Amino acid sequence: MLLQQILNGIMIGSVYALTAMGATLIYGILRILDIANAGAYVAGAYFGWYIYIKTGNLVLAFLISMAATGLIGVLIHRSIYGPILSKPRILPIVPLVASVGLFTLTGDLARLIAGPGTKAYNVDFGVEVINIGRLTVVPAWILIIVLTALLFTVLWLVLNRTKLGLAWRATAEDADIAKAMGINTNNAMALSYILGYGFAAAAGIMVGILYNSITPALGEVPSYKMLSIIVLGGLGSPVGTVIAGLFIGLVETMLSAYDLTFIPKDSVAFIALILVLLIKPSGLISKSNKV
Amino acid sequence: MSNYITTVAVNIAVFSLLALSLNIIIGYAGQSMMGQAAFFGIGAYTAAILTNNGVNFWLALLVSLIVSGALGAIIGVISIRLRDDFLAITTIGINFVMVAIFQNVKFFGGSLGMAVKTPTIFGQRMTPVHFLILLLILIVLVCLLIRKMNNSWFGLALASLRGDEGAAQSFGVNVNQYKILAFIMGTAIAGLTGGIYAHRMTFIFSSSFAFVVSISILSMVVVGGVGTIRGPLVGAILLGAAPEVLRFADDYRMILYGSVIVLMMRFQPQGLLGENSFIMNKIEQYINPLLRRKGGESNA
Repeated sequence: MLLQQILNGIMIGSVYALTAMGATLIYGILRILDIANAGAYVAGAYFGWYIYIKTGNLVLAFLISMAATGLIGVLIHRSIYGPILSKPRILPIVPLVASVGLFTLTGDLARLIAGPGTKAYNVDFGVEVINIGRLTVVPAWILIIVLTALLFTVLWLVLNRTKLGLAWRATAEDADIAKAMGINTNNAMALSYILGYGFAAAAGIMVGILYNSITPALGEVPSYKMLSIIVLGGLGSPVGTVIAGLFIGLVETMLSAYDLTFIPKDSVAFIALILVLLIKPSGLISKSNKV
Repeated sequence: MSNYITTVAVNIAVFSLLALSLNIIIGYAGQSMMGQAAFFGIGAYTAAILTNNGVNFWLALLVSLIVSGALGAIIGVISIRLRDDFLAITTIGINFVMVAIFQNVKFFGGSLGMAVKTPTIFGQRMTPVHFLILLLILIVLVCLLIRKMNNSWFGLALASLRGDEGAAQSFGVNVNQYKILAFIMGTAIAGLTGGIYAHRMTFIFSSSFAFVVSISILSMVVVGGVGTIRGPLVGAILLGAAPEVLRFADDYRMILYGSVIVLMMRFQPQGLLGENSFIMNKIEQYINPLLRRKGGESNA
């Protein structure tokens, strides 16, 4: 029973971590809280659904949806966030308000284009459930855990083993100095958006497969849960985000499994966040640019 | 006045008050408050519970003002430790937690909401027009209060802390005290508005105080012009009347809202009528020469 719940928690937690990773990468470089990342999650889920329905190929659905959403991210950065950030800042919340606007926009565009109803992701894995001893595993869980691990490995390799990754880390450290040293900070920002929005898209498809349904309101819960996870993870630290995502996933499953739900499950993340911020404002894992 | 217009006008008046109150925190004190609707809700539920238990309507309003102001002071204390983005996330969180509490705790009516009795005035039940008059009086009072605040030592202190908190502190301005005071003022007005709103609607749900409502209030402040009195009023009228005027485009309403917010942030982050905005610059361009000419004549 306990092992089952832990597995459950890891599965939910990896989806959370993947969703929040986009926002972390963007905060790491641009220092803006991008709620619109939850919009990328919705858009990705719908792109993936459409391609899957048309082609029946899940790999293709993941790849095209992630690429398309990543490109939209770059466009949004070039046309909206970039110009906003280049102005002398009037209020610190201006980019945040813009991202809330973008988020509202994507959710409603999805509703208008695809219709307000629920769309089903009928992915057939061949088997219903796999029983390992007393553990019950749904194939979609394996897909989620393996794919998340794979994507995080790719992220780690890109950030630590490539020149672009080095540029990203330098820009995250200090954008102005990095620019003065001849680093193309624009490319580093584009990398943040491609990876960040791409990961959000993948998370959207995964959740769609997991619950076998997507609706235009899909992004509402992740939009704020994501915020609390990136802050718990120390804002801008990818490793911290993974740990915080898994932590929130596990706590939520444990609370609902053992019927400790005197507080609604979805507000756990925020209660944890408020407590942590007041006691240790730098987050559970203090910010460092090591990955 | 027809019923329909009164209803729309009351709605706009409620949001004008909310926008004005949020502007005290965001515009004048420069603090990233993203959960104003939570205090709107706290005021509404406080007043509703009191009048349902036989407390006089006006006394209930006073208590809801005090309760939400007191809880707002706690956010003020939090704002001393947390800056900008962190404060924004925390206040978003508080909004979600408050809504979860309203929705799940039996005492607040749970998911069924809570019925409220219509109060009486001069022995007769209050009509929407009475509510409208009450709200308009409050708007005028709040505007006067903000004006008075701006011209006082308190307003100067807020301006200095908005500009550069560190510098203000080193000049001996008690930054923390003024921040908390700004939070108390902003949240108390929102709570009072909530109390009136609850009695006007005669039924309240947790969803009326959700984070989306905070975003609507914020949009009104930002579209109108942060840190001015005219800004939130114009923003509330524009965005409050828009859904009614755009009834025919009801399906595109949220898209329009979203686009307006994004475009405003992209091109006019100071709002339509904020300092140095496109419209204000044009107005000044036309008015300044007139003023100068007048001044010149009087000198001669």
